[in-house]
Amino acid sequence: MTRTVTIDGNQAAATVAHLTNEVIAIYPITPASPMGEWADSWSASGQANLWGTIPEVIEMQSEAGAAGAIHGALQSGALTTTFTASQGLLLMIPNMYKIAGELTPTVFHIAARSIACQALSIFGDHSDVMATRATGFAMLASNCPQEVQDFALIAQAATLQSRVPFLHFFDGFRTSHEVAKLICIDDDTVRAMLDENLINAHRQRGLSPAHPVLRGSSQNPDVYFQARESVNPYYTAMPAIVQQTMDQFALLTGRQYQLFDYVGDPQAEHVVILMGSGAETTHEAVDYLQRQGEKVGLLKVRLYRPFSAEALLKALPKTTRKIAVLDRTKEPGADGEPLYKDVVTAIAQQFCHNQAETKPQFATMPVIIGGRYGLSSKEFTPGMVKAIFDELQKDSPKNHFTIGIHDDVSNTSIDWDAHFRTDAHEETFQAVFYGLGSDGTVSANKNSIKIIGESTEMQAQGYFVYDSKKAGAVTISHLRFGNKSIHASYLISDGDAQFVACHQPIFLERYPMLDMAADKAVFLLNSQEDKDKVWDTLPADMQQQILDKNIKMYSIDAYSVADNTGMGKRINTIMQTCFFAISGILPREDAITAIKDAVQKTYGKKGKRIVELNYQAIDETLACLHEVTIPAQVTSKIEISSPVSKDAPDFVRNVTAEIIAGRGDNIPVSFMPSDGTFPLGTAAYEKRNLALEIPVWEEDLCTQCGKCPLVCPHAAIRSKIVAESELQDAPESFKHRAMLGKDFPKDMHISYQVAPEDCTGCGLCVDICPIRDKSNASRKALNMSPQPPLRNQERRNWEYFLQLPEYDRSKIKTTTIKGSMVFEPLFEFSGACVGCGETPYIRLATQLFGDRMIVANATGCSSIYGGNLPTTPWTKNKQGRGPAWNNSLFEDNAEFGLGIRVAADKHREQARELLTTLKSQLDTKLVEEILNADETDEAGIYAQRERIVKLQKQLVKIDDSQAKLLNQLAENLGRKSIWIIGGDGWAYDIGYGGLDHVLASGRNVNILVLDTEVYSNTGGQTSKATPRGAVAKFSSGGKPTAKKDLALLAMDYDGVYVAHVAYGAKDIQTLRAFLEAEAHDGPSIIIAYSPCIAHGVDLSNNHRQQQLAVKSGHWPLFRFDPERIKDGKNPLHLDSAEPSIPYREFVKTETRFSMLWHTHPEDAERFLEQAQREVTHRYHYYRQLAGLDWNDTVSIAATKAKLATTELVTTDLDNGQSTNKKTES
Amino acid sequence: MVDLSTEYLGLKLKNPIVPSSSPLSKDVNSAIALEDAGASAIIMHSLFEEKINYENEHFERFFHQQSIGHGEAEGFHPVPEDYQSYQEKHLEQLSKLKSQLDIPVIASLNGTTPGGWIEYGSALEAAGADALELNVYYLAADPLEDSQQVETRYIELLQSLHSHVNVPITMKLSPHFSALIPFTQQLQKNGAKGIALFNRFYQPDINLDTLQIESKLELSSSQESLLRIRWTAILFDYLDCSLAVTGGMHNHEDVLKALLAGADVTHMCSALLHNGPSQIETVLQNLKQWLEEHEYESVEQLKGSSSRQHAIDPAAYERSNYINVLDSYTSPDGVLR
Repeated sequence: MTRTVTIDGNQAAATVAHLTNEVIAIYPITPASPMGEWADSWSASGQANLWGTIPEVIEMQSEAGAAGAIHGALQSGALTTTFTASQGLLLMIPNMYKIAGELTPTVFHIAARSIACQALSIFGDHSDVMATRATGFAMLASNCPQEVQDFALIAQAATLQSRVPFLHFFDGFRTSHEVAKLICIDDDTVRAMLDENLINAHRQRGLSPAHPVLRGSSQNPDVYFQARESVNPYYTAMPAIVQQTMDQFALLTGRQYQLFDYVGDPQAEHVVILMGSGAETTHEAVDYLQRQGEKVGLLKVRLYRPFSAEALLKALPKTTRKIAVLDRTKEPGADGEPLYKDVVTAIAQQFCHNQAETKPQFATMPVIIGGRYGLSSKEFTPGMVKAIFDELQKDSPKNHFTIGIHDDVSNTSIDWDAHFRTDAHEETFQAVFYGLGSDGTVSANKNSIKIIGESTEMQAQGYFVYDSKKAGAVTISHLRFGNKSIHASYLISDGDAQFVACHQPIFLERYPMLDMAADKAVFLLNSQEDKDKVWDTLPADMQQQILDKNIKMYSIDAYSVADNTGMGKRINTIMQTCFFAISGILPREDAITAIKDAVQKTYGKKGKRIVELNYQAIDETLACLHEVTIPAQVTSKIEISSPVSKDAPDFVRNVTAEIIAGRGDNIPVSFMPSDGTFPLGTAAYEKRNLALEIPVWEEDLCTQCGKCPLVCPHAAIRSKIVAESELQDAPESFKHRAMLGKDFPKDMHISYQVAPEDCTGCGLCVDICPIRDKSNASRKALNMSPQPPLRNQERRNWEYFLQLPEYDRSKIKTTTIKGSMVFEPLFEFSGACVGCGETPYIRLATQLFGDRMIVANATGCSSIYGGNLPTTPWTKNKQGRGPAWNNSLFEDNAEFGLGIRVAADKHREQARELLTTLKSQLDTKLVEEILNADETDEAGIYAQRERIVKLQKQLVKIDDSQAKLLNQLAENLGRKSIWIIGGDGWAYDIGYGGLDHVLASGRNVNILVLDTEVYSNTGGQTSKATPRGAVAKFSSGGKPTAKKDLALLAMDYDGVYVAHVAYGAKDIQTLRAFLEAEAHDGPSIIIAYSPCIAHGVDLSNNHRQQQLAVKSGHWPLFRFDPERIKDGKNPLHLDSAEPSIPYREFVKTETRFSMLWHTHPEDAERFLEQAQREVTHRYHYYRQLAGLDWNDTVSIAATKAKLATTELVTTDLDNGQSTNKKTES
Repeated sequence: MVDLSTEYLGLKLKNPIVPSSSPLSKDVNSAIALEDAGASAIIMHSLFEEKINYENEHFERFFHQQSIGHGEAEGFHPVPEDYQSYQEKHLEQLSKLKSQLDIPVIASLNGTTPGGWIEYGSALEAAGADALELNVYYLAADPLEDSQQVETRYIELLQSLHSHVNVPITMKLSPHFSALIPFTQQLQKNGAKGIALFNRFYQPDINLDTLQIESKLELSSSQESLLRIRWTAILFDYLDCSLAVTGGMHNHEDVLKALLAGADVTHMCSALLHNGPSQIETVLQNLKQWLEEHEYESVEQLKGSSSRQHAIDPAAYERSNYINVLDSYTSPDGVLR
């Protein structure tokens, strides 16, 4: 009996890979990470491979490291694999040459993804795999999840036989994340496919002292070339080996594949050639067009390398006259993309060659055109396939075309009919669901697919589209069900969905979701409005569509049902029940039983109460789901408005707003910046209104401490100081209060104002507020209050606040929280998670140094909430100054930032040289002042900027090339603050080599490590910053090793400023660290504790967690300032006291640690004991370092060496005492 | 030789010292130490329905609902398949105690819902509990609920659980009842085989630094036993079921007083946490010595001999005794009267 599973492409690949390998070296990268996660979790739970042993899964520091480890494991005779994508694959290239060069069998599974060029993209195309064509790896393309599973095995079998390593690739997201129903391969089939003799031969080739050899020699001009040619027979033999393997697979499973699979009319004249998921869509279109009588065909490329021209030609109908070759990649400057050129070459070679010998396959050389499609998961639809065939009909079809975009610059694009449909979905049920990221819509839909896939004969497909935000993201689920196999690898489009669900009423005014509804579709709306009033909440366009398309509408107040049944705010089961109740996809009773079974399966015995609550919610849902009576005409006055204000700049209105509205696909090429440059400050245009409640300031209670703006992750609460006289025209509800304290003139007033539509409602400002009403302890100087009634009033107040003048920076005492918080933040309203622990540090840096800052940002959370379109939180001040930002890569950020520093320094030096040269032609006093400027404080920096302006005014009057050059370089005479920002994955792992080099360089850069102790952006994988005993992906049994002490390593360089900070535990220490780090004329590194949702804590407890981390000794606070050495002082200054609570008190509050007591209690206890010893030891070690006598006569290294050899440290710790009681605080 | 044996909830016990629900039962070795020191039975630490629910919700929140709807991260934690829940751990511990100890193990349960009491009560019975102590703590802080309704909650809960389990049930009560005699009589009528007086719970405390309310549990003192002894003496005459005193049992004198008032057993906790299991040995030795010195034959003989009915001055249990108390006040040294 055939067994089916409903899984996605990643899981399909990982299943075969885990079953057929012994060593798996991994590193997280989207969209390939889930393959590594599956493999890791299976090994962690004891799942064995085909030979009964549990594969060893090892996470490396980078893909380059993974490739090295794989090379080593392969050379030791182990069956070894990995999973990666995009830049990760590029990092493996050097080793791939080695692995292939040594004829080593392995399969790399690749969720193919775009390469970062003008911008990073996590989505799918073939740019990455195409960059590896020359490595000598075979390349096998899967087009759908079923093929992913099948080809994973075929590749594994073929590599063992051919000794040529394989790149098995499939389209990132479209295939890696598409959930589909597929037929499983049983273990016997796998066993039958893998020849034990070949495995043994691989083992025997492994390096061993029992039969030693030398491999990896260095060769010279005399023999290298010959040796390189020696592998040819292996590549010549390979296509036949792969075909034989495919044939053997067909015998075992009934699924027959060819190196090139032809589909369509055997007499076709026009053929499209492509590989990957696009071939599935083309397959659907060709089937349809053929039935319409068109002589068309499709050639699916399976084995792309080695490229068998013979097999290609054999597969093409002899009648072929015109061919369009589609590449999902771009090779700028090339005369066509790779697959196109391969096809042209193959046909041309045969044509030329055969003319001399036998009859060529084609009477005349076919017309061959090449085109690009689908870059970064751009939609590729049957309408586009039709357009390509239509193009082929033309006398001179366009070569080097693009399809799917509007290229009004190079005019490469061909038009397509967006309304074209095949008949493939006439019997398919198509449904779309609009949900909020955190509301469980996606998980509920995955569940529905499984229910239908596993309890019926129906085929099922699910694909999920996410937006770029982390907080308040919209998710659109596309589900298809039907009795026929589903080839569509494209989204459900306008007019196609029989079912449209809106899980959040706020989306009604944002997305025209009923565009997607088919005639007589069912529309389900979650709304708090009564069923008789819900009609009035719909925008007019939507009402019209309901009338025009005869749409049946249902409404439910899912949040009420959830609340009443004890489900809190979890509406996923409720909405899922509604879907089954009204879609008619399954008989209602069967569906309800199936949902209940699924709930039971998910929570089982361990979540009995949750099961009961879900059951209650399911039953209650049916009682609360109502059909809405549709009136005869449109009554609504609500219009879907532009997502940005009319006053926004052209670019924001024409590009940014369109992307926000979900119409980015329609933006023509000419509107896009060709070098990836975008304006700042765009997040401010995107009013997301996420907060249910916002803080309200009680000015009478407030002591103006400035803590609230300091902790705000979204810069949504700010303070400003203005003269009372400036406030005459303030709106009535605008609050302000006379300044307290003596640092400001008497007539000054302060205002703390909230941006009501940008606040995410995290409540951290209220949490940190230290002031309570003396007669009502629950009332603070800030209190949360419902947003809707305040929205308009506070919007006006916010606008008023923004236009108030900024306080003179040079007159502010930067060393106080109150003072520094008056500085304008130049990082605002990011899409980071609600309560994010990273963003307050970035915002603080922009407040202090934003007007002179250049940022090198490592890939990760901070590059995503910092630079993911449509908008950016990085912004500029009224003078137009602000942080200039760029994200190079993940692995090279430190070097990238160093390059920026080196260039700035070089330009400064050059400018100073020119200034000296031109001195006689300029105001010499001015020149002297510029050359000798003191820029150590805000006043000095401002004065220098003024001087530079004066200088430039003089320079333009001098007609001299040197003066012109100096004018260009003059800005470098002013101070620039270079910031290198990234997470722990970058700083501790993939970028550590570069970071180390930059620390050693002595150059003036400021490194900010946002330490979440885990790879947050890719979903919580272990990094070397992960603490001992923490459970994370890739260490599901708890991380068995201690967190790397990056600060200690950095302190080993005597010229590096090092700070360990946690703003929620000691804000003033954080502030000082930032000021000192920036002031230090050399490398500085701030390692900043950043609570993250990956810790398994509610981020409303962000500050508490920071305090616990510090008090328990997990996160000691200190500053290591080399400036102090000059005065003969010890550079290390401890800012937190000895651990005052047991480490247990900290770890028990975070799920990442506490869950281990439920899975591996003994390990958990052991790790805790070790960790407790480590934090105690660390504190004492640091205290001793801080207490050392440090003067110029003793070298630092010698001083440390003295400490290292002092027996006292360990002896005294063992006694639980310390000889050195001197603690600095 | 004085006979220390007693009967509690129908269980024959070798003496009246039964360690109460405490962390000492969380570890098998410390439970064995209690047995070795002479404990005649052990009450396991409570199974809290609230904790089960909290864990459920936690699991739901951090594992099943962790998606933030971002393309790169569908979740942040590996969902553990081999997760051992709080309830499973508790039941496993109960089974372990049963297999390692010769003395009876009484399970303690703190439920919050009718369904929860029955489900978890049955689970504890199935795991081998010799009896069930219902650690009912319900604060009547709802202005719409009168005292009768509060009492009815207890009775209905007992009734339903009684109909589902076969092991004896004892009710651990708080002192906050206006008419304990009829109420406990009702409990007895509805199946309670014992009454334990009184439970001690975490008390909210105001942190003077932060003004936050924090829950605290301080260890008891002998002083606290007096309220319990008084009510034992009063209830003894009206109930046929077992009586236990819990709270403030620190030394043999506390134990003797409780027995004199009518307790069948006394539960010790704070004293054991302070002094270790050997405290039981000390108390038993002193108890025996006192009984011998005072020529008692058995604990049975002593039990209830100073109940209200048998007391030298029965009214003393009832009166507020302000006058006497004031009389007994001695002014500090150096204060002139």
